[in-house]
Amino acid sequence: MGGVALWPAQASAEAPRVDAIFSLLLVVSAVIILLVAGLLLGFAIRYRRGSKAPRGRLPAILSRDIEIGWTSATAFLALFLFWWAGAAQLAAVQPPPQALEIRVIGRQWMWEVRHPSGARELDELHVPLGEPVRLVMSAEDVIHSFFVPAFRLKQDVVPGRLTEAWFTATQPGEYHLFCAEFCGTEHSAMRGRVVVLPPEDYARWSHAQPEGDNLAQQGAKAFVALGCAGCHVAGGPVHAPGLAGLYGRQVALADGRRVMADEAYLRDSILLPRQDVVAGYDPVMPSFAGVASEAELQRVVAYLMSLREAATP
Amino acid sequence: MSEVAFDPTAPHGVHPPSYLTAGHTLRSWLTTTDHKRIAILYMLALTLFFFIGGIAAALIRLELFTPAGDLLTAEGYNRAFTLHGVIMVWFFLVPSIPVTLGNFLVPLMIGAEDMAFPRLNLLSWYIFMAAGLLAAFTILAGGVETGWTFYTPLATAFANGNVLAAAGAVFVAGFSSIATGVNLIATIHTQRAPGMTWFRLPLFVWGMYTVSIVIVLATPVLAMALLLIMAERGLGLPIFDPAHGGDPLLFQHLFWFYSHPAVYIMILPSFGVISELVTCFARRRIFGYEFMVYAMAWISIVGFLVWGHHMFVSGMSSYASLVFSFLSFVVAVPSAIKVFNWTFTFYRGEIGFAAPMLYAIGFIGLFTVGGLTGLFLASVPVDVHVTDTYFVVAHFHYIMVGGAVSAFYGGLHFWWPKITGRLYPEAWARFAAVLMFFGFAFTFTPMFLMGFLGMPRRYYSYPAEFQIWHVLASAGALLLAFAYLLPMAYLAWSLRWGRRAGDNPWQATGLEWSTTSPPPPHNFATMPRVAEGPYLYHPAETGPQHGQPEPEQKQGDHP
Repeated sequence: MGGVALWPAQASAEAPRVDAIFSLLLVVSAVIILLVAGLLLGFAIRYRRGSKAPRGRLPAILSRDIEIGWTSATAFLALFLFWWAGAAQLAAVQPPPQALEIRVIGRQWMWEVRHPSGARELDELHVPLGEPVRLVMSAEDVIHSFFVPAFRLKQDVVPGRLTEAWFTATQPGEYHLFCAEFCGTEHSAMRGRVVVLPPEDYARWSHAQPEGDNLAQQGAKAFVALGCAGCHVAGGPVHAPGLAGLYGRQVALADGRRVMADEAYLRDSILLPRQDVVAGYDPVMPSFAGVASEAELQRVVAYLMSLREAATP
Repeated sequence: MSEVAFDPTAPHGVHPPSYLTAGHTLRSWLTTTDHKRIAILYMLALTLFFFIGGIAAALIRLELFTPAGDLLTAEGYNRAFTLHGVIMVWFFLVPSIPVTLGNFLVPLMIGAEDMAFPRLNLLSWYIFMAAGLLAAFTILAGGVETGWTFYTPLATAFANGNVLAAAGAVFVAGFSSIATGVNLIATIHTQRAPGMTWFRLPLFVWGMYTVSIVIVLATPVLAMALLLIMAERGLGLPIFDPAHGGDPLLFQHLFWFYSHPAVYIMILPSFGVISELVTCFARRRIFGYEFMVYAMAWISIVGFLVWGHHMFVSGMSSYASLVFSFLSFVVAVPSAIKVFNWTFTFYRGEIGFAAPMLYAIGFIGLFTVGGLTGLFLASVPVDVHVTDTYFVVAHFHYIMVGGAVSAFYGGLHFWWPKITGRLYPEAWARFAAVLMFFGFAFTFTPMFLMGFLGMPRRYYSYPAEFQIWHVLASAGALLLAFAYLLPMAYLAWSLRWGRRAGDNPWQATGLEWSTTSPPPPHNFATMPRVAEGPYLYHPAETGPQHGQPEPEQKQGDHP
């Protein structure tokens, strides 16, 4: 490595946008610091005790007006900076719909990554260059935070809820992956690398992974093993809602609300079944919190999501 | 500002009676209700805690000298930074200026005999010491590794160590804070001398008033959040546990609802101190007195509404982030106003460069950098990248250490002659002030850069590419440690060998300078009467006139 880097690598589509805001703030800060330091030191020298600089009546401009002037100037500057940063933030909220979906589990003290193909990695994440990637993340124990400095990406990974982040890698290479939220004794060992591969290399890498079921197929097995299939089947012993085509649909609930059956809804319905009971059904489903592991949950949810594609021709 | 007529019948000894000579036994100190003695008691306790927190900081900087974890174990390192955070925040920075300088000076500055509730004042010291004992027990029993933030579920279900004792210590210390806050509010409302109207109060008193309101409103929320943590960890009540439908983010909201205002608890008193120092050594009225007051009031109100900017990556809704981002930009405005006003107070002054003024100039510089980097953290896309990295560590140290600790040292030097009756050695003090500024910048500026490069905080081993920045920071910390220790040495020396100060060595305005140094037990021989505003360092017509003209019928005019 030649020399000391003063600027982090820019390896995602988001990185130049963040850096533009950062650079503008640097310029604004430099101007203000020079202004304050220049005035302060200039006054301190010119008006040092015993100097001959005139000190008579203050010019009229240095009265209430200037005070109101710099208050409004700072307020407008603050509003402008907010507007710019806020617009950039909102533009990056929604991932593109065709993004490659990769699941991440944080646990003390490792990252577990599952690709849609079923390939599994520890403390590593291989992603294709130029393709949007959406990370769907959860934690098994405490809060972790998925941090890739080169992508300007950070998202806490929280037990009991799904968090999401997305990026499009723009530079092939290997980058640091850190846990950024203090997560216990070996927090600083919870790091790995993100490998950005050109699409053909990514395909090659993906094929080289041990053959196995994909995530949804693994989920179908877990669906049976956990006993879900016992009730959620047409003509089963218990009156339970069918799940085919559920994902992405509006669901009417017993208390009159309507909710979107997204991933968080599917997951919550497994862990906290009495929270959102579907209209026309009795709240008889037991909670699977503590029964299904985080990895099993992810597989079952992936299976339920795959049923949409199967159901809609 | 006022005339204090000394009682002509008072005995003329060699030294006038002072609060220091009012009693020499240990008992006379431990049962005192004199606000000045209680301030001294607090000062001794805070010095001890500053040493403990400082030793932890030294261990951290030593460990980070190399990328590998070699000096401490991972657990030892985590315990060191948790100890550093807990002690420095709750046992040094939050109480620092209010309980020492505030306790000592507020009654003197408003012309009162004592605080409104002298016994509550002493009680708050005992509560603080009880909390300190609990904290000391926590340390001796091995410490905790949760970070000062006590995030769940780490603190409730996963961390080893004495989390209950540590949270209990902070919980108890909160009552001491609240008692001091209530006392200051009551004192400023009810104990002002005749003629001391609200807009004649020195800005230091305004700083104490606004900070007390923040303390009284925010601390109960922290107490509640800590109780919930203790209930979950100690009694097994599932409050934040996601397995039982709880939400770890709820704790973060409660915690930051206190802990962001806590930053203003640390910095508002400094604003007051700096205004006193700048006016005295520039021989100028403060530029824009009323705006300075409104800026402090604005900060103390809007400061309550920005806590969510600590949680932009926590999983909170993007739209909530947007609102908190907006409010965080809004709260930057009054801080900027204060910096501009201090700067223009220099304009057309007669500026002297005694040590307190050097501390004040250093404060303005470091606070400006700290405040501007706050804008980076208020911008959501930038915050996502730099939060939980060393950028944040640098930012809040610039405000809380470069800002608040510089102001504390500056204020301590300025009022040292009043507190002890002795002058400190000026040349040494100037050297220490300059060294503190450069030592600080040397320590914390590299952290901005390595944070931007991606170095996460709370890492005990780290990738080798960050080593150069850590080495620079550790080397700067050595200078900084020296700059903190040096004043302790010469100030202690001056207690015995320093020249006698006289009543008003700085020719400062302000009621505290109109009484003897050190002041007598009840502060003033006769009740002061106030007829004019603060900082009358020069004729009114050559100074900034911002406020309304003084009313014709002056309150409390001399009879």
